[in-house]
Amino acid sequence: MLTLRRFLATLGPGTLWLVAFLALPLLVMLGYSLLTRTDLAQVGPPWTLENWGRVFGYDALFQEWVTDNLRVLGRSVWIAAASTLLCVLMGYPLAFYIARQGARRKNLLLLLLIIPFWTNFLIRVYAWILILRPFGLVPSTAATFLGMVYAFLPFFVLPVYASAEKVDWRLLEAAQDLGASPVRAFLAAVFPQTLPGLVAGLLLTFIPALGTFVVSDILGGAKTALIGNLVQNQFGQAGDWPYGSALSFLLMGVVLLGLWLYARTAGQKGLEELV
Amino acid sequence: MTRRADLPGSEGESRGRRAGGVSAPVPRRRTHPLLSAWAWAVFAFLYLPILVLIVFSFNNSRFGATWEGFTLRWYGVLAARSDVREALGHTLTVALSSTLVSTVLGTLVGLGLWRYSFRFRTGLTFLLVLPIVIPDVVMGVSLLMFYALVRGGLELTGWTFDNGFWTVMLAHVTFQISYVALTVRSRLAGYGPELEEAARDLGANGVQSFLRVILPLALPGVLAGALLAFTLSLDDFVVTYFTSGSGFRTLPVLIYTSVRRGVTPDINALSTLLVLFTVVAILIGNALLRPRGGRA
Repeated sequence: MLTLRRFLATLGPGTLWLVAFLALPLLVMLGYSLLTRTDLAQVGPPWTLENWGRVFGYDALFQEWVTDNLRVLGRSVWIAAASTLLCVLMGYPLAFYIARQGARRKNLLLLLLIIPFWTNFLIRVYAWILILRPFGLVPSTAATFLGMVYAFLPFFVLPVYASAEKVDWRLLEAAQDLGASPVRAFLAAVFPQTLPGLVAGLLLTFIPALGTFVVSDILGGAKTALIGNLVQNQFGQAGDWPYGSALSFLLMGVVLLGLWLYARTAGQKGLEELV
Repeated sequence: MTRRADLPGSEGESRGRRAGGVSAPVPRRRTHPLLSAWAWAVFAFLYLPILVLIVFSFNNSRFGATWEGFTLRWYGVLAARSDVREALGHTLTVALSSTLVSTVLGTLVGLGLWRYSFRFRTGLTFLLVLPIVIPDVVMGVSLLMFYALVRGGLELTGWTFDNGFWTVMLAHVTFQISYVALTVRSRLAGYGPELEEAARDLGANGVQSFLRVILPLALPGVLAGALLAFTLSLDDFVVTYFTSGSGFRTLPVLIYTSVRRGVTPDINALSTLLVLFTVVAILIGNALLRPRGGRA
């Protein structure tokens, strides 16, 4: 049983910290999103829903709908989804390959996978400038895709590997004994066993790809501006904190919606195992 | 900030958890040649940029597109840059201090989550998962605005609060707590409350059973969590970028500003050194965290 004394001795300090530096700042952000920009980076009353309207494309000044934002959101979702798909194509076979090796070799390959993973994110993105610029590919959408796949591939491979490593291969043999073709045996006996890892990998790739502004900023240029770039811009050059706050909530909303859908299918335990 | 879903040490845990169940089938070593070829192609893709980076850090050309002979001069240029040294110092002080704070707080949260059942458990889990799943940019800008508000409030009382170290350090602890707490909790997941009861029956008081029984069991999780927290702090760019203000730069922020201005070969040299550091750290971590005698 959790008494007040025990709470203060264990969960208390961390919980208070998270309330102070996570929940409270998000509430402050909610407040800012309802205020008006008065001057550069200055905010104040009147309270308004205008910023939220703007997020969904309503221009209060000219009283009309503009599609710019929705286009950026659509582009962000499409680029994140396509990068995730590329990660699946490259990473799923790789995860399998590693899982099928003997213990020694497996450890070595995991180490090889982890080294780029733990190398500084900015350096990994920056290195692509060196490769792609001589070909005139920086900035471009293609460079953004490459950078995204490169940066987020290990996030996909590791959870899939964790699932693949636990696969009961006897099921595959059973399927083959029963006369299934290799492809059918794989799809029926092995693939379903890797689903938890696959879904976790999809989320762990898609979410950072959707929210990033670094990859598109360094490799993509203005034409591949994503919602993350839009947010960053409001807190940099544009200096429009209320609008930036509303945009941040949109980004957070999309991510939380995805997680909610995942939690509904995988349950709370699945959500906890995801992280 | 990039997120690490896994770390070298956690592999042993999943193996340990499974050991109690059905005996693991021996995987067949034979893999299709196409699968091997594909895997090695992906590995080549993963290492190509790193190799290019290392090669160009020794390239005697200002612009780096062509090879113009071997040189060490970019390392000399790098060594002469005081801003790089200063940023390195900032990166390390933030990482060390935030890791210390978050390891203590996160371990306690992880222990509490493991040991007690309580009403707001789901709420707390949500709060812990939030820093891991919300985009870094959202966390960064919300803290930026929060600090601006606090700063404004303090100015009314005559205080000033303009130190980048504190704003960055407090922000890092916030996302580190989650990783440490979840690592510690998953480490203890296989054990029940009877452990502590047994210690009590043998005459230990609360503090003794914590120090002599619970903590040693949790220790690999605590260390893995601390290591994860430390590297997350070293690596973080986005949250630091929004919370650091103008006077306080860490290495990732410095690299970002350099890259935005255009490629400079001394950044290749810096990156090469950081890659080297990463490799050494991983090898040491791997040696330390490798499960010995079947127990993680």
